[in-house]
Amino acid sequence: MSALRQLYQEMIIDHGKRPRNFGTLPDATHHKEGFNPLCGDRLTIYVSEKNNVVEKICFEGSGCAISVASASLMTEVLQGKTRAEVEAIFDDFHELVTKGHNVVLEDRLGKLAVLAGVAEFPARVKCAILAWHTLKAAMADDAGTVSTE
Amino acid sequence: MNHNVDVLRKDFPLLAQTARGKPLVYLDNSATSQKPQCVIDALQHYYSHDNANIHRGVYELSERATKEYEDVRVLVQQFINAKSADEIIFVRGATEAINLVAASYGRTNIKAQDEIMISAMEHHSNIVPWQILCEQTGAVLKVIPITDEGEMDLDAYQKLFSSRTKLLAFAHASNALGTINPAKEMIRIAHSHNVPVLLDGAQAFPHMPVDVQDLECDFYVLSSHKAYGPTGLGVLYGKSELLNAMPPYQSGGDMIESVSFEKTTYNKLPYKFEAGTPHIAGVIGFGAAIHYMQKIGMQQIALHEQELLSYATKKLSAIPDLRIIGTAKNKVGVISFVLKGIHPHDIGTILDDQGIAVRVGHHCAMPVMQRFNVPATVRASFGLYNNVSDIDALCEGLNEVKRLFA
Repeated sequence: MSALRQLYQEMIIDHGKRPRNFGTLPDATHHKEGFNPLCGDRLTIYVSEKNNVVEKICFEGSGCAISVASASLMTEVLQGKTRAEVEAIFDDFHELVTKGHNVVLEDRLGKLAVLAGVAEFPARVKCAILAWHTLKAAMADDAGTVSTE
Repeated sequence: MNHNVDVLRKDFPLLAQTARGKPLVYLDNSATSQKPQCVIDALQHYYSHDNANIHRGVYELSERATKEYEDVRVLVQQFINAKSADEIIFVRGATEAINLVAASYGRTNIKAQDEIMISAMEHHSNIVPWQILCEQTGAVLKVIPITDEGEMDLDAYQKLFSSRTKLLAFAHASNALGTINPAKEMIRIAHSHNVPVLLDGAQAFPHMPVDVQDLECDFYVLSSHKAYGPTGLGVLYGKSELLNAMPPYQSGGDMIESVSFEKTTYNKLPYKFEAGTPHIAGVIGFGAAIHYMQKIGMQQIALHEQELLSYATKKLSAIPDLRIIGTAKNKVGVISFVLKGIHPHDIGTILDDQGIAVRVGHHCAMPVMQRFNVPATVRASFGLYNNVSDIDALCEGLNEVKRLFA
């Protein structure tokens, strides 16, 4: 499979076109807007957290296929995870999309591994990571908008 | 000379390479142009044979470097038809040229409540220096609206003048839309209100003949690297009566006449505005670029790029779901567009995979993106070496984008 096909796998195109958990969350305990000034991508992440567990997670906004698919897959995977688990997945995911294919990480990350191909495209790593940085800031209750720049 | 693009392409060594294993299709000339061998040779020759500091050495080498540097000043003067070579100031780029005028002319002549007029199609570099000047002086920024076609709204423009309007700055050609503005007519109107005009020529200068006396602009700024010359160099043209009355922008060596701890007097034009050792090699390389463009002829370059523009506009318009942003009657070879349902960033990556270099994003013109309600666009921009095959490759590439996202 070419590097480009690795990047734009069917699952990514599908989640990019039909993002899951798309919308606002009225009872969110945390929310945050993330912005990539380079390409104009803008995502808001909503999290409802109870007893250190992500009960519900949604997002809205607009962006390229990579950033929207990454956000969509993130919301699917993190539902029901504890704070500690979220942090561990964040670290694994960050390493995968910056450093590239890694069997151990891909095994741990499950369907998120579909984004491993991003590492071949340094200009696109920020797209894949935007939702994740925004989530991290949301759960830390940081002020302001997250920017990838 | 006829515009034989196959022959001209051979002058640009970079174009012969492959990108992602495919022949490089370079369509990002609004960002920067590639360099002909004669420019690369001029840089190498300068550093190999003529390198010395200018305006100070009594030895032969310095005299030679000084002469080459000053010869380019005269060349630029003639090329844009300035009245005097003293009106040509070498700076780091078009951005620095605008900053120079904002800081020096602006802070001397603009007061609280004064109005500075720009347009809605400006590059950030022709917005932010004026915003900063407004913050410093209490002046107000007024913005000329643009039409849905991306043309200057000339009715609104005329109504925007007031007795407080003190300066107008706008793009000769728009980097995001391609629009060539009716500069001469707009300048005539501004002058009828006694308002001086800065024309941002970064996107116009490489693509058409420019005559600053015919335009009657008060300031004209341009960039070397967008016109086949080296990076890190630009030109500020200013009418000498304005430049003479302006205080220095930066201070240091070369810009002084005499220095004592009690009193420093400044050098005459153009040196007053060229503090420190300038980009000597860059200026000499830019001279080679101007000679190169002159040899082909600016009319010829303009004609060639207009042919490409109309071919590309026709071919791109035939692609379903493709919308061109910026459909002005007069354009340089720039086509901004969006494809329904596919983000420009994804388009850029998929085109790159086919060796096609285009710009995706907001093109340092976020207000233009807001005006057309798009987060970003894809932009293909042409230079003298682009050909019909480049445009065919772009259209093929876009078909591949659509296949992948189908």
